[in-house]
Amino acid sequence: MNPAGTAEQARRAWAIAKKDIRIYYLKGPVLIFGVFMPVFLFLAFLMGGRQLPLAFLVSGLVGMTLFFTSTAVSPAIFPWEGQARTLERLVSCPVRIETIVLGDMIASTLFGIGITAVTIAIGLGLGLPLLHGAVLVGAVLVGACCFSAIGMLLAVPPTNVPSNIMMLSSLIKFPLVFISGIFVPLEQLPSWGLALAACSPLTYFADLIRYAFTDASYFPVGIGLAALALFTLAFTAVTMALHRRTMPRRM
Amino acid sequence: MPFTIEARDLTKVFGATTAVDRVSFSVRQGEIFGFLGPNGAGKTTTTRMLTGVIPADGGTATVLGHDMRTDPVRARQRFGVVPETANAYADLSAWQNLMLMGELFGLERRPVAARASELLGVLDLSERKDQKVQAYSKGMKQRLILAMALLHEPELVFLDEPTSGLDVRSAHLILALLRDMNREGTTIFLTTHNMEEANRLCDRVGIIRRGRLVALDAPERLKSAIQRIHRVEVSFDREISGSDITSLEAVVTAEREGDKWRLVVDDTGVAVRAVVDLAREQGAAIVTLNTPAPSLDEAFLQLTGEEMP
Repeated sequence: MNPAGTAEQARRAWAIAKKDIRIYYLKGPVLIFGVFMPVFLFLAFLMGGRQLPLAFLVSGLVGMTLFFTSTAVSPAIFPWEGQARTLERLVSCPVRIETIVLGDMIASTLFGIGITAVTIAIGLGLGLPLLHGAVLVGAVLVGACCFSAIGMLLAVPPTNVPSNIMMLSSLIKFPLVFISGIFVPLEQLPSWGLALAACSPLTYFADLIRYAFTDASYFPVGIGLAALALFTLAFTAVTMALHRRTMPRRM
Repeated sequence: MPFTIEARDLTKVFGATTAVDRVSFSVRQGEIFGFLGPNGAGKTTTTRMLTGVIPADGGTATVLGHDMRTDPVRARQRFGVVPETANAYADLSAWQNLMLMGELFGLERRPVAARASELLGVLDLSERKDQKVQAYSKGMKQRLILAMALLHEPELVFLDEPTSGLDVRSAHLILALLRDMNREGTTIFLTTHNMEEANRLCDRVGIIRRGRLVALDAPERLKSAIQRIHRVEVSFDREISGSDITSLEAVVTAEREGDKWRLVVDDTGVAVRAVVDLAREQGAAIVTLNTPAPSLDEAFLQLTGEEMP
């Protein structure tokens, strides 16, 4: 057995993910920021009387749910574990820092996928037709990875106070929701709004979900998936590099 | 004899403070090495650099033949760490914590379960193995941390103040296990404040002061090297005045403790002869007369420049 080999480190990342699932899924801040927040935000818009079609709103809800859930778990784990000193326990085990980050990302991704599946089931239950199931599955899988990488990126500042990270994460997540075509269709955005929207991975994800339910999208499907995949790779690479640099300051 | 740990000019700087300043030492295979020093001297920082938890700013640390800068994972696969603060997952049970460790060390589930049961038994945690760690006492948490560090049967164990603040039973269990493990060949790197513990357990001790290693030797040799401290303890069957005692040849200071005089002298032989002469002159019998060697505490205090309480 080569403990430093990729296969062995991947196994250990899965062990970290299982630990995260067991410990963090039911923590208060995770449920508040990951589940209740998108639901209430959606209800606020639903009752706003803007007469948007149900397909548009449910697509937006799916987009928001995956975004909020996948970014709810990962930013909180490092500060919690730094505070409880369990992070030092992990770091003194034969795992790389990248393995710890990957484990947290896997837990975050699975949380996002699980809750989003419930939202999709509600949409289908309301009678929405699913026109492109494969695109929906692909978009949810890649989107969950992308958003959990964003969540880990939010955890880069080496603080061991979870509320600091949750505040920072809200500061970044809410504006992203409003520029990503969740509540305002991309076609109705001004040119500067479109330019901003193009910089947000959530835009491509919401557009893909809309395509899956309505057969209409702003960006071609291939472009949407490729953009999400590129964002995922870029965010993952950056978050790994930054955590490698800041980890010693958490100890 | 091969070295298990080799630190060469190990240095760590935090802002304007040099926490560890070019510290060099080696730990031999199979020995118990004590790392002593006052609070803030750099013990924990040195241990963290040796275990690869934080990177060194200068120098090298080689553990079990692996450079901790370039190959920390392979080294960690072969050693265990018991930090000062018990850091098991409070939301998991002892058993779940041990199984997690098994997975993080890439061990097969069945042998891990057998080893975990054995360790829980030895450390007297079997009955509460399925209870969440948050309900454990400090001693139980520390025993669990030790079990977690020993699960993969490491060749080397780093322990940072393993018995600090523990009840007698927990401390006894931990020390007994350490002795047994060392007898079976495990090398032990022990950071402690407890001089008695270091004196009884360690083959060699290193003393660090303000980030610098100020002494490195066997405890007995370290004690006998403190030449400037000579003590004579004497008690008589009748009252002898303090002024008579302090005026004796070679006596530097004299302190009364109960019915005993504790003298600091600059020449033991001359002082003992003077004490015997004084007793004869005053018709007193000497009840006890001792010339105790300096304790490791005294050696430690002298080397670290601290005051005797």
